[in-house]
Amino acid sequence: MAKKSTTKASSPKQPSGKKLVKKGGQKAVAASRADRDVVTAERLQQLAEGIVKSALAGREPKLDVPTRAASNTKWNKTRGILEMGSAAQERQLFNMGQARKFMQTLLHGQGISKLIEQDKTLSLRGMFYSGLHTIAGTKEKTFHDQTESDGILEDLEVTVGSLREELHIFAKKRGTMVGNITVIDSGDTIDCRRMGSGGYAIPSICEPDVIQFEKVDADFVLHVEKDTVWQRFNEDKFWRTHNCILTEGSGQPPRGVRRLLHRLNKEHGLPIICLLDCDPWGHYIYSVIKQGSISLAFESERLAIPDAKFLGIRSKDYEACDLSDDVKIDLNDRDITRAKQIAEYPWFQDKKAWQKEIQGMLRNGFKMEVESLITKDISYVTETYVPERLKAEDWIS
Amino acid sequence: MAKKSSTPRANAESMAAKQREISVSEFFAKNRHLLGFDNPRKALLTTIKEAVDNALDACEEAEILPDIEVKIEELTAPPSPTKPGRYKVTVTDNGPGIVRRQVENIFGKLLYGSKFHRLKMSRGQQGIGISAAGMYGLMTTGKPMVIHTKPSAKKPAHHIELAMDTSKNQPEVTVDVETDDFPVTSSGTGTMVAIELEARYQRGKTSVEAYLEQTAIANPHAKITFIPPDKASEGPEFDIENGETNEDTSPSRKRGDSDNDGPPAHAEGSLIVRTIEKADRIEYPRTIDELPPETKEIKPHPHGVELGTFLGMLKKSDEKQLSGFLTNAFCRVTPATVKDVVDAASAKSKTLTPRSYTSSIDTTTAERIYKALQEAKLKNPPTDCLAPIGVRQMLAGMLKGVQAEFYTASTRSPSVYRGNPFQIEAAVAFGGDLPGDQPARVIRFANRVPLLYQQSACCSFKSVVDTSWRNYNMSQPRGAAPVGPLVVMIHMASVWVPFTSESKEAIADYDEIRKEMKLALQECGRKLGQYIRRRQKMKREGERRDIFERYIGEIAKACNALTGTDTQELYDALLKQAKRRTEIADAQLDEDGKFIKDEHGRLAKDEDVIIVHNGKIARDEDDEGAQVESKPAKREGKKVVKKKVVKKVRKKAGEKATLFEG
Repeated sequence: MAKKSTTKASSPKQPSGKKLVKKGGQKAVAASRADRDVVTAERLQQLAEGIVKSALAGREPKLDVPTRAASNTKWNKTRGILEMGSAAQERQLFNMGQARKFMQTLLHGQGISKLIEQDKTLSLRGMFYSGLHTIAGTKEKTFHDQTESDGILEDLEVTVGSLREELHIFAKKRGTMVGNITVIDSGDTIDCRRMGSGGYAIPSICEPDVIQFEKVDADFVLHVEKDTVWQRFNEDKFWRTHNCILTEGSGQPPRGVRRLLHRLNKEHGLPIICLLDCDPWGHYIYSVIKQGSISLAFESERLAIPDAKFLGIRSKDYEACDLSDDVKIDLNDRDITRAKQIAEYPWFQDKKAWQKEIQGMLRNGFKMEVESLITKDISYVTETYVPERLKAEDWIS
Repeated sequence: MAKKSSTPRANAESMAAKQREISVSEFFAKNRHLLGFDNPRKALLTTIKEAVDNALDACEEAEILPDIEVKIEELTAPPSPTKPGRYKVTVTDNGPGIVRRQVENIFGKLLYGSKFHRLKMSRGQQGIGISAAGMYGLMTTGKPMVIHTKPSAKKPAHHIELAMDTSKNQPEVTVDVETDDFPVTSSGTGTMVAIELEARYQRGKTSVEAYLEQTAIANPHAKITFIPPDKASEGPEFDIENGETNEDTSPSRKRGDSDNDGPPAHAEGSLIVRTIEKADRIEYPRTIDELPPETKEIKPHPHGVELGTFLGMLKKSDEKQLSGFLTNAFCRVTPATVKDVVDAASAKSKTLTPRSYTSSIDTTTAERIYKALQEAKLKNPPTDCLAPIGVRQMLAGMLKGVQAEFYTASTRSPSVYRGNPFQIEAAVAFGGDLPGDQPARVIRFANRVPLLYQQSACCSFKSVVDTSWRNYNMSQPRGAAPVGPLVVMIHMASVWVPFTSESKEAIADYDEIRKEMKLALQECGRKLGQYIRRRQKMKREGERRDIFERYIGEIAKACNALTGTDTQELYDALLKQAKRRTEIADAQLDEDGKFIKDEHGRLAKDEDVIIVHNGKIARDEDDEGAQVESKPAKREGKKVVKKKVVKKVRKKAGEKATLFEG
């Protein structure tokens, strides 16, 4: 939900046959990078060819862009992840509201094909600049700002059925890792036990062809919400004492962090345990890690971790840990609305523990940050809170 | 109060010595501002106005299509901006001329005329005008008025020079000869009046030029030629030179067509006849070939008569009996009404019958009769005494004088104020070259005479402010005229226009009049609103097409990079589709009767609307021949639009070609 969804769900349309074929191709992740580049380039070409064909035949050029919105997100209960539905929106050239986006989609398509050709990657911001120019004979720019460009790139991902990585685009990197693990990043061996106080910066692309895991000695992964808390755990060498990997996602974790956690969980069977704030924002971070997000529902399969666990902060902790009144932050109206909204998500609806947790927070009338535990003692969280909860397996999922 | 002194400063006898009759001429010599001679600039305008009004009235009465020439010569330039110069004004008409014995009375006597004593719609009312102008000229320059008049085509013209004795209200003829030196007129008869006066010639809102321009709008059946001082010295211009000289005239005065000297063109034609400015004169061509219908004279309606007038009429009446007086001196008084009135007016003591002698009725009885008459239910006065300009004529006039793209006009049915029948007409012109950021220009007329002064005191201006123009998609500041490219014309036709002053500059604010004016403006406003909304829609359609065209180039380039398809080929294919699609959209709207059909169909078909499209009148005629004529014209108009698009495209394509080469 972090990103503004750029397309609105229209009347649900049956996806074209072509579309399904593309999606099938997406599953072949194992293919080497070069192979995937060929596939992606081909898909982009197909996209353009479809337009050329209808243009020369005098038919209306259009694109089917799968809808990235809550209305087109399905909760797959058996797999425990969010999936994108089949609704797609037609993007037409000869439609006042869509003409500009149609042009931008093709512009970025061209840009990406150039990237693939030259085997280079660009950041989202880089893509914005690469597609930016003034339309000949006018004063209009192809993109007003990066937000407009980012939305088009996400549209392209789903339209072409290729991942962002496959389109040679990366996001700004965010997130840190430290712990009993050695990774090989683009050929460089990185021992995450020897990362000092800063930790290893998780790259935005964590595909197997970029990152390989070498020595994974840890028993589990502790993911915390933000850098400040992570700093505390690293300084106290929590990962060493508890033999784990310590990660942080600076709020809503970016795709790179989620992909890394997903792979550690899937490939090495490490449980993912989350330590997040006791507020609707923290709850939704957990939800995204566990089931996937609405705007990236098409990527849930390779990002979601259905057995991720929520360790805290819990609504009961105010009393359980005997915290002072000072740590209370009143819930505002928006928090309350959001909390109720989260409780109603189908994937939370049949989780009694979660219903209880959210109701508990609403009954409290306040939220708590992980840092609130510092009021007990500076290292209370690393020495008492987390070890005790881990031992008691006191978490919800 | 003054204290009583033993010797009074004056007594009745000494005062009586000073008391004497004031001649009307003398009175006006001292109060010339009452007649519109307040300042040199206005004096010039009033002089011309009176002469032109008289000429038009005379021509119409004689059923001659008016052909009037107004010439101003500068004899002495104003020595300083504050002092007047000396000018000679000559107004020539092709009217019936004036018989010799009447010349002195008409030009030399104040308050002498044919118009004051009857209720008939005509331009002048009091008969003050032209003689006052002559008097003003005499007073300021000492020069007599020079009159040439030719009442018969076969006989020579009279040349008369006339001065005026202001103390006696008597004309003095200084020269009286017969002459053959008279300009050739279309009718063979005519009158030429020349007055020398102190004045100031200036251009602007209240100038002679504005007056003549507006006169031409309200009188499309008249041809008016104006020779201003700066052109009076120029040699005559021949028609052969027309093409060349007209090109460098200012754009605000677009020439019409060179065949203006020939048969007058009609408004329905695709050619627009406009005011022509030549090197030596400005011509306001005739655009309508028919004279306004002759108006009938009516008797006063009892509700429009005041008690004093009533008493006067009773006294002067030739009728012996009361019923004869009431039925013959007034309109709409029937014998049945007389009976009712007499019954109501009869006092218990004295019985009054319709057969009572008028001479036997005393003042108090007369007053009772008057009151009964005011309360009696009477039919409204007849309205065949009114001759409105007419919708077609107003449109022709506006088309000539105002450069706009949309014109509409409306004529209300006659109504009555204080027993006087009147009729209101309005017209609006919108868009085109009119300035868009200024308040609308309001041009006011009373009996076809433009009113140039005292706009804000005038009922017609108030009614423009009163009308809610926002309903018609115009912007309008609170309590002001609307702002935008708009000209509003209001005309009041009446047997007696209620002016606020003798100089006839503003119409008095009667509720009945204001209401009719507002209704007429609203009728025009509704049509205008329709047009503006349609124009906005048209603009949106154009923008739509633009947007598609803008992006097609980008798309063609991107597709070329991805698939290797020829950019130009793809571009052309997409552009073809874009054009087809916007055309389809137009056509769809057309079938729905929402857009195109209204643009040149229903709205343009309305009798009271003219839409100027690409310099031509977009109009469907019911007449077969005209239809054939107008249709290709329309198609031509569309072609022009298309050509524009193609041009743009070619330009773009050219740019693209160079882009790809590089």
